[in-house]
Amino acid sequence: MQLTGAEIVIRSLHEEKVEFVFGYPGGAVLNIYDAIYQQDAFKHVLVRHEQAAVHAADAYARSTGKVGVALVTSGPGATNAITGIATAYMDSIPMVVLSGQVPTAAIGQDAFQECDMVGITRPCVKHNFLVKDIKDLAATMKKAFYIAASGRPGPVVVDIPKDITAQTAKFEYPESVSLRSYNPVLKGHSGQIKKALKLLLEAKRPMIYTGGGVVLGDASELLTQLVRKLGFPMTNTLMGLGGYPATDRQCLGMLGMHGTLEANMAMQECDVLLAVGARFDDRVIGNPAHFFENPRKIIHIDVDPSSISKRVKVDVPIVGDVKSVLTDMLELLAESDKGPNANALKAWWQQINAWRDRNCLNYNRDSAIIKPQYVIEKLWEVTKGDAYVTSDVGQHQMWAAQYYKFDKPRRWINSGGLGTMGVGLPYAMGVQFAHRDAQVACITGEGSIQMNIQELSTCKQYHLPIKVILLNNRYLGMVRQWQEFFYENRYSESYMDSLPDFVKLAESYGHVGMHIEQSSDVEGALKEAFAMKDRFVFMNFITDQKENVFPMVPNGKGLSEIILAEDL
Amino acid sequence: MRHIISLLMENEAGALSRVAGLFSARAYNIESLTVAPTEDATLSRMTIVTSGSDEVIEQIIKQLNKLVDVVKVLDLSDGRHIERELMLVKVKATGVHREEMKRMCDIFRGRIIDVADGSYTIELTGSGSKLDAFLEAIDKSAILETVRTGASGIGRGDRILKV
Repeated sequence: MQLTGAEIVIRSLHEEKVEFVFGYPGGAVLNIYDAIYQQDAFKHVLVRHEQAAVHAADAYARSTGKVGVALVTSGPGATNAITGIATAYMDSIPMVVLSGQVPTAAIGQDAFQECDMVGITRPCVKHNFLVKDIKDLAATMKKAFYIAASGRPGPVVVDIPKDITAQTAKFEYPESVSLRSYNPVLKGHSGQIKKALKLLLEAKRPMIYTGGGVVLGDASELLTQLVRKLGFPMTNTLMGLGGYPATDRQCLGMLGMHGTLEANMAMQECDVLLAVGARFDDRVIGNPAHFFENPRKIIHIDVDPSSISKRVKVDVPIVGDVKSVLTDMLELLAESDKGPNANALKAWWQQINAWRDRNCLNYNRDSAIIKPQYVIEKLWEVTKGDAYVTSDVGQHQMWAAQYYKFDKPRRWINSGGLGTMGVGLPYAMGVQFAHRDAQVACITGEGSIQMNIQELSTCKQYHLPIKVILLNNRYLGMVRQWQEFFYENRYSESYMDSLPDFVKLAESYGHVGMHIEQSSDVEGALKEAFAMKDRFVFMNFITDQKENVFPMVPNGKGLSEIILAEDL
Repeated sequence: MRHIISLLMENEAGALSRVAGLFSARAYNIESLTVAPTEDATLSRMTIVTSGSDEVIEQIIKQLNKLVDVVKVLDLSDGRHIERELMLVKVKATGVHREEMKRMCDIFRGRIIDVADGSYTIELTGSGSKLDAFLEAIDKSAILETVRTGASGIGRGDRILKV
């Protein structure tokens, strides 16, 4: 049967069992939108800005593990999508972004709404395609989904000229894809895994450090088994939160620039380090030279060979899918007649507990002025630790990561790598579509929320019962914190003046707005908001203006050069 | 250290820019880069001359392998290999220069491939350092124009890069 290019796009999405397409129409994609109008296998979500479409598709992927799909028009539609694509790329999120392009004959002629989408996205996609022949369209769609989801996942762009969407061809969707140039290694080398286990069992001060790869690779359960069997301490990166239950004693909390004292010290002083699906980035290990002052053996499991020995030279590299490698490692451990060094481990835990007893996340819980940390703690209580939490970027993001104890994977949705302000609200949308009955909280700041505030309208259109937790300190808090610490209190352009009345703003969109100024009102307000199960509630918490995020490892310093709140 | 990296990639539009883009985005050096289709029309072969520490070269190889269009990568410098570069030089060939240029060309085993009243065009093949040596050996003021292809390389004996 002959189908138009637009119909082939839609049928391909059906074949991939796509549930939601987040998008925004325009000239170059009119044929595709016409085909969308005539189908109901997936739901199209109309956003108010293309950036939000891509973020929402990204969050859908993060919270479900499925490939997110966004659809934008050529030119400005395509360029508006870039921040969303780069955000997903940095965090290895499987996503397919379909962009319209001017007709084939007009490409390169500076046509109306023309932009070299393949060129402009090249540095921030896993791969991209420009479809030049309708006969390639179905196969390209198949490849795009395959590449996006396999190996180390990432966003793939398919740029489709308008004339291709109007031409016709026979529709045959390939059953499978085989690319001679792309064959991710999934099974870890058994010799290397053996070597790794031997090192772990001989360790006196072992440490397990896990990242987003555990969450993306659906390996949380296996990781939990391994950590419990070994009895070792473990820490999560920002992207790895929820990969292991945060309320478990063996979890030392997040590490890195705003990580806990116990996690950072154990990371620095361990003698054997097992890194799982994490990439030793600059916010995690601080100054690499300082990190190496303490000698330790490093085992690194990652599906992407280029993540291994990139910033930190490792002793036992294991290239493979985290799930597959951990399965093999657990089997080997079960067969092993040797266990971990119990005496050494006992002494190591005593040391760790001494660090833990410093209670580095302590803050003034009796403050009348609302402490941002307090809001997060109460949010955790009110939602019973079971909400999907999205965040924007800045101080509130760090507080959310520190004080909301994630026990399950795919519950913590934030922009870790690119650090994109403005993701919070569209992320919450993507999550709420994927999990219609779940509690979804968007923790944000007054700076970030205004970067995609237009999406309040989308939330109204689709009746999304998101709860926005705005920690409003009238400052770009993280910028202000750095200016206080490193620029002698010169608060250059970090004060947020002329803020809207957020309650009225929310109400103007038909949502519920709440204004909270007293600590004593926080818990009640949260309960009231979450009791409104079918309403979008915008909660404006007026928080302590000059609260800082602690602990902090200053930029360029080592992990053990950590500053605690009590030090100042 | 200087490395010669050979790779096979899909002969598709944009493949070259993916490689070039990778080098600029990650701040790797490119001394030269040559690319042309192979006997298999679906494949292009590229030779990249780059330099960096062992860690940087390891990353370059890994990052190249990660590109979806790249089929195979080989660091020729890891083993025995041959490296050749082609240079065309247009030189002044008047008066005493005319005889001198022909002699220098013979010494370096070059060929004069175009003769005009006042100039010769010389074709020279060899390692990059041989070409450099030729340019140093002749009178600089006699050089009118040079064009070099950049290095191409191939492994010796049974070191073969093929799909």
